[in-house]
This record gives sequence, structure tokens and C-alpha cells, in this order.
Amino acid sequence: MKKKLIGKSVTTLTALAAFFVIFAVLFIMGDIVIGGWSTLTWDFLVGNPKEGMTEGGIFPAIVGTFFLVVIMSMAGVPVGAVTAIYLSEYASQKSILARLIRFAVNTLSGVPAIVFGLFGLGFFIQFVGGGLDKVFSDGTKLVWGQPNILWASLTMALLTLPVVIVSVEEAIKTVPRELREASLALGATKWQTIRKVVLPNSLTGILTGGILAVSRGAGEVAPILFTGAAYFLPRLPDSLSDQFMELGYHIYIMSTQSPDVEATKGIQYATTLVLLLLTFTLNFSAIFIRYRLRKRNHG
Amino acid sequence: MSDFFAEKLITTVAFISFTFILLIFIFVFRETIPIFSGAEQTTSNIAEDEVQETYGEEPAVSDEQGAGSLERRALSGERGEITNSKPETSPAGGGQATRETPEDSYQSFESEGNANFENLTSTKWQPISDEPKFGLLPLIIGSFKVTFIAILFATPIAILAALFTSAFAPKWAQEIMKPTIEILAGFPSVVIGFFALIVMATVFQDIFGFEYRLNAFLGGVALSLAVIPIIYTITEDALSRVPKSLTEASLALGATKWQTALFVILPAATPGVFAAILLGIGRAFGETMIVLMATGNAAMFSGSFFEPVRTMSATIGAEMAEVVFGETHYNVLFFIGAVLFIFTFSLNAIAEIFIRQRLMKKYGGL
Repeated sequence: MKKKLIGKSVTTLTALAAFFVIFAVLFIMGDIVIGGWSTLTWDFLVGNPKEGMTEGGIFPAIVGTFFLVVIMSMAGVPVGAVTAIYLSEYASQKSILARLIRFAVNTLSGVPAIVFGLFGLGFFIQFVGGGLDKVFSDGTKLVWGQPNILWASLTMALLTLPVVIVSVEEAIKTVPRELREASLALGATKWQTIRKVVLPNSLTGILTGGILAVSRGAGEVAPILFTGAAYFLPRLPDSLSDQFMELGYHIYIMSTQSPDVEATKGIQYATTLVLLLLTFTLNFSAIFIRYRLRKRNHG
Repeated sequence: MSDFFAEKLITTVAFISFTFILLIFIFVFRETIPIFSGAEQTTSNIAEDEVQETYGEEPAVSDEQGAGSLERRALSGERGEITNSKPETSPAGGGQATRETPEDSYQSFESEGNANFENLTSTKWQPISDEPKFGLLPLIIGSFKVTFIAILFATPIAILAALFTSAFAPKWAQEIMKPTIEILAGFPSVVIGFFALIVMATVFQDIFGFEYRLNAFLGGVALSLAVIPIIYTITEDALSRVPKSLTEASLALGATKWQTALFVILPAATPGVFAAILLGIGRAFGETMIVLMATGNAAMFSGSFFEPVRTMSATIGAEMAEVVFGETHYNVLFFIGAVLFIFTFSLNAIAEIFIRQRLMKKYGGL
């Protein structure tokens, strides 16, 4: 009898913990949807901030986020995909090089986001950017040696690199061995096999990796705090050496630095809702693609 | 021929990630060097000419400053705003990015503070003042306080929830749980920070009657939302890897389901659970946006969990944009970053060892 009671309470306790998590997620989502829904209009999405950012829309922040993730993907996804190909196709598990690279990928995924920001500042802006300025203008004019969208995107690419590598590697693993062997048996070289058999079959995996990286990159704010994001810009960035506005950074600024937090609550909620919807859509499409991929491989 | 080049090229590109890890080490640590090389020089300077003047007046002045900023913080706490180290700047200046303006206003204060050992281990963090103080203790204590609260909340919830999904839950509950955790893991941290700042802060103050609206406790609880998915995922993984033979043996001996879960599965997965907690600590320690938005950001040297704190990561996030490159303050911020990096790096390494080797050794024969 006593045992049964303990059993019941243990089960109930674990169930409570699980439902607490579900409740928390639903509550946060609900609160943000309710808080942001009325402000979220078409004009809000395509409008510029007005009246000292107390009114108007978030168009520059959306554009800035878009540029950020596009440049980030162009730099990060190819490198990540090639690294994954190396790890799964070329490297023998015991080679020192492969181990070093694996160690590096694991370490990269554990570095705090703010440290990536420091690295972006110290390496990209000061070292590379400052170096470029010295070469082109004797360091008299700051063009590249200051925060801008290029350095922010490259910093973000580095942060999302492990996401791409892990996801692509997983996809390559699902390409059946028979396909590879068939290709090799027909006389194709290793590179030909990779290019014509492995790569086409893992394209969806590369796509998933890219989507997940974009979702992560759009949500991180810490690395761009001092590598390129700006409070407010009167015009959209038109060169890689421009600063930019970004959704997550906009939320941070509006909710902490704005002189009248209460007045702009609607904008804050709506901006958060936009960011949440964006990362959601991306994550779910990645999950969906992955699910289809698994189904195809098992069926 | 093209095969040869393809292989070389792919190997080279794959090496990029390793190169960048090295570069992170080099470039984060490089900016901290001036602190150590300049230390001796500045101490001797002080000893020679300035010692009597400064030591006579300094403490009184800084105490006043401390009290003043505290009052201001309390006030703004009630008003429901965060005070940062920055002066209030209206976000939309007429034309250019307003980022430039704070720097100008600091110009008058700026002085090359000395960051010797004594200064770094002092109990005051006042980087912008006539006599800059770079005491890291309040920041380190702040980070530990927030991390402690986060782990205190996240660990039981995440482990119990993982136990529920892997041992007790009916199929439908499992199917709900997995995507929910994925959603929680996918929340951008700035969204959690925003929710904590706007909603949780008010609710907590109403319930517990906090003196300060934003404090270490609130930041820790908010942070636990970001830590739960990590601990849950790794724990769940460890639980499901416990060999079926163990579970079946226990059930066959007449143990009930909960006895098996609690006394067989959970102990068998201990190394994995331990690794999960370590990784959770690493995440909580390095997380920036949530603590930046929800902890109040006052560098106070106190043991209370219900006062505002300023963590190491939040200090970098809040101050780096206004700092002058190459100044002592700049180098000290990089030093904080280096400490963060080493700390999370070691935690991850230990966790890795736990997951890999302990589990292998334990169940190598099964």
C-alpha cells in the first residue's frame, strides 16, 4: 500500500515537471502573441521608425537581419558543408587531423556568444579591418576598422558553423553505403562519387543545416552588440562597411534604453513576435525537412 | 588529378574551424596582455608620488558614489526600467547612429586607470570615474549567484521531466514533450530576456515583494528557461542509453516501474546526468542577453540573492560598445572574456570526459 503511494507520487512529480515546461512555453508564446498582435500590421513591417522610435515600424531592422543572415550563410554554410564532407568521407576516425577538427567543432559550439563578439572585435575589426585601412588609406580614414555588417556576419558565421557541420554530417550519414559502392564499382573516383552521388543525396541535409544556422543567427544578439548593430539608422545599409539595425538588438534597445518603456510596449511586443515567428518558421521547416528525409530513407 | 586537388582543398577548408579556435585563443588573450605587462610600472608610479593624496580622500568619495548610484537604481527599479552604466540617450538622434554620443560624454572622465592585481581583486567595479576601479569580485560573485539560481531551478525540473518522458509517459505525452523542448531551445535568448523584463519581473515583485524589481533571483529563474532544454536533452539521451537488459532484469526481479526508474535507470545514467548539469552551468555562466536584461546590472558586492547584480558576461555586453580601444578598461573587458572562455571551455571538457569515458567503462561489457 505504502509502495503504491510512493509510486504514485513519484510519477505525479515527474509529470508535474514535464507539464510545467509545456505550460511555461505556452505561456510565453501566448503572452507575446497577445501583446504583439494588435501592433503587428503591414505598415509596421514595412514602415520606418518615427518620432524618436516611439512610433512607426521596424523595416530597417528586418532588412538588417536579412542581410546579416544572408552574408552569414554565404560564408558559413559552404565551409561547414565541406568540413562535414571531410569528416565523414575523407578522415579516418583515428587520424590526428580529424580528431583536432572534431575537437575544434565541439569547442566552438561551447564558446559563449559574447566571447565570439570579443573575437570579432579583436580579430575582424581591429586586426583585419584595421590592417585593410592601413593598406588602403594609411590608417587615416576608418572604413573597415570599425563595426559593420560584414564583420558582424562573419562573427555570426563562426558561431553557427558547428550547427551546419553537425546537421550536414548527419545527412551524409543517411546516404546508403550501397550507392557509394555501386558508384566506385563502376569505376568512378572518390571525388566523382562524392560530387555525383553523395552530395546530391545530402542536399536536403545541407539545406536543413543552413536553415538551422539562419534561425540561430537571427536569434543571437550578444555577438553583434559591438561588432556592427546600431540603435537607429536613418537609411538602409548599402555597403558591407555600413552598420545595420537588427530585430533582436532592436528588442534589447527598445526594452532597456528607451526613455519611455511603457509608451513603446506595443512596438517591443510586436518586434518580439516577429522575431519569434521568424525563428519558429525556420526551425519547423528544418524539422519538417528532416522528418521527410528520414521517412524517405527508411521507406 | 582533380581527385588529388579536391582532397587537398577539402582538407584545407576543414582545417578552418581549427584555425579559428586557435585564433580565438590568440586574439582574446592578446588584448589582455597590456594588463599584466603594464602592472608593475603603474604600481611603482603610485607608490612614488600619488599615494598620500589618493588614499586620504578616495574611499569617502567612492562610497558616496556607490550610495548615490544605488539610490538611483532603487528608484528606477520602482519605475520599472533598467539602469545601465550608460547615461540615458534618446535612441533616435536626428541623423547619425547615436552610438557615438556616449563616448563624448565620457571623454572628460577618461583617465588611464591602472589594472594591477590589487585593483582587479578589489570589491568595486567603477570603470568610469576619476580613479577607475576594476574590481572583478562583484562581477564574479554576480555570475555565480545567477548561475546558482538558474541551476537550482533548471536541474530538478529538467531531470524529472526527462525521467517522465523516458520512463513513465504514455506515447502521446512523449510526442508533445519533444517538440516543446525543441521550441524552448529555439527561443532566442533576447526573447526570454524580454519576457523576464516585462512580465516575470512585475509578477515576481507582486508575489514576493522584492525591493528591487530586477535582481539576481529573477535573472536566475529566467536563465533556467534557457538551461532546461540543455539538461533535459542530455539527460534524456543518457537515460535512453541505459541498456535494456538492466531494466528488464530489474522488472523481472519484481521491482515496480518507478522503483526501476529511480533505483536502476537513474543511477546507471549518473555520468550523463552529471555531464548535463555541467553543460547547463557552462551555458548559464556564458549567457549574456538574459542577464543583461533581467538582473538590473548593478555591480554590488553583496551576498543577497534579491539585489541587482552585474554578471561578467553582461558587463562585457553593456560596456564594450562605449569603450575606447586600447584603454585599460578595454583590456580588462577582454580579460573578463578570457576568464569566461577558460571557464566554459574547462566545463565542456570535463563534461565530455564524463559522457565518453565513464559510460564506456561502466557498460563496456554489457
